[in-house]
Amino acid sequence: MKIGVLALQGAFIEHIRMLERLDVETFEIRNLSDLDEIPDGLIIPGGESTVMSKLLLDLGLHEKLCSLITSGTPVMGTCAGLILLAKNVEGGNTSLATMDITAVRNAYGRQLGSFETAAPFAGAGNIQMTFIRAPVITQVGKNVEVLAEVDGTIVAAREDNQLVLSFHPELGEDPSVHQYFLNMISGTN
Amino acid sequence: MTENRSKLNKELAQMLKGGVIMDVTSPEQAKIAEDAGACAVMALERIPADIRAAGGVSRMSDPKMIKGIQKAVSIPVMAKVRIGHFVEAQILEAIEIDYIDESEVLSPADDLNHIDKTQFNVPFVCGARDLGEALRRVAEGATMIRTKGEAGTGDIVQAVRHMRTMNSEIRRVVSLRQDELYVAAKDMQVPVSLLQFVHDNGKLPVVNFAAGGVATPADAALMMQLGAEGVFVGSGIFKSGNPAKRAAAVVKAVTNYNNPSILAELSEDLGEAMVGINADEISILMAERGK
Repeated sequence: MKIGVLALQGAFIEHIRMLERLDVETFEIRNLSDLDEIPDGLIIPGGESTVMSKLLLDLGLHEKLCSLITSGTPVMGTCAGLILLAKNVEGGNTSLATMDITAVRNAYGRQLGSFETAAPFAGAGNIQMTFIRAPVITQVGKNVEVLAEVDGTIVAAREDNQLVLSFHPELGEDPSVHQYFLNMISGTN
Repeated sequence: MTENRSKLNKELAQMLKGGVIMDVTSPEQAKIAEDAGACAVMALERIPADIRAAGGVSRMSDPKMIKGIQKAVSIPVMAKVRIGHFVEAQILEAIEIDYIDESEVLSPADDLNHIDKTQFNVPFVCGARDLGEALRRVAEGATMIRTKGEAGTGDIVQAVRHMRTMNSEIRRVVSLRQDELYVAAKDMQVPVSLLQFVHDNGKLPVVNFAAGGVATPADAALMMQLGAEGVFVGSGIFKSGNPAKRAAAVVKAVTNYNNPSILAELSEDLGEAMVGINADEISILMAERGK
């Protein structure tokens, strides 16, 4: 199994390190030729969504990623990645727009609103969640499964091959969200 | 600042990695920067090249201007305070700035002490010329470091020197025996615990960006290849012939810093770069401020 990590800007190295801990091979996606090799899974990391969505277009990656995702390649989007995958972004521009959710950017305000908490994920036990100028999901389509909520707000969801998270599972020590994504790829959940 | 707050503030810097932070002096410039792909903007009254030209005392910007920038863009907004001026920092915290740059580019307010950044909830970035300066700033509570370079010159030589110095010192610390760390900490005037982190991890405990003198996409890529995790561009953008185009090119250069053919393509037709001042020919070295 080999996972392509979008490496245009943001916290992509943290995802790569987490996957290395789980003995999964990765490669960085910085321009179109990096996708000559078709990945078994894709990760869109945290960072600034405005930067990544612009670079996706400028570097000619936008269309290719869209077609990979709509043809079924499993994808995990964290924070900015969630915004890039959302079909609707309240008061903002959409990017890949492949997942039937509505996102709100910077839903907790500026950096002073960033926080850590613990909440149940995907029907399992509590996991540590780090929110950095994080977005949230305000609406989900009928095929979307809600995987985590914090104070009644949706912070993780899945639609078929697409997994999105408002928080940053790549920052802590707990690999359970990445393990969940690997299980999605192998088809065991 | 609680331990949790400090961790969250380091993590915001992690999200900025691989990005370009641009100096802006108005909401209009901030919008141009955001559209060009800046991962954050730095609000200041005058860009360093103009501060250099005008002389006198330069201070924190008008909070009203900063609020205008906060309204204009959705990316993080940073702003500069004078070294040691903790009240300017309190003011920026009150308007919920995303990051404070305690900066040698402004006139220092204290010639001995930096701000005790542990007393704040908002994060701080500080400039450094070597590992000792960087770790002293981290000990004071900085959660992000940048090279000082020499702001407002368009001359990359100082930033290169500072990045090389920091990284070669890191390599040296990694190579030390455990029982040699105490004297090394004493010599560098830094806490042993922070030096221990560098020894064990081969890197600073916080994200390290390049700043000071970046004027071209090639400059930005040079700093990335030398180990910077992202780049600040000050005067280089809005003192150039075509700010929007140059800004977008620098952003792409930072993403593809290891790809010469992409760098060649995006270095074409950028118009005039900022007029450079040779760092050896200037009378005020901002990098000498705050050690």
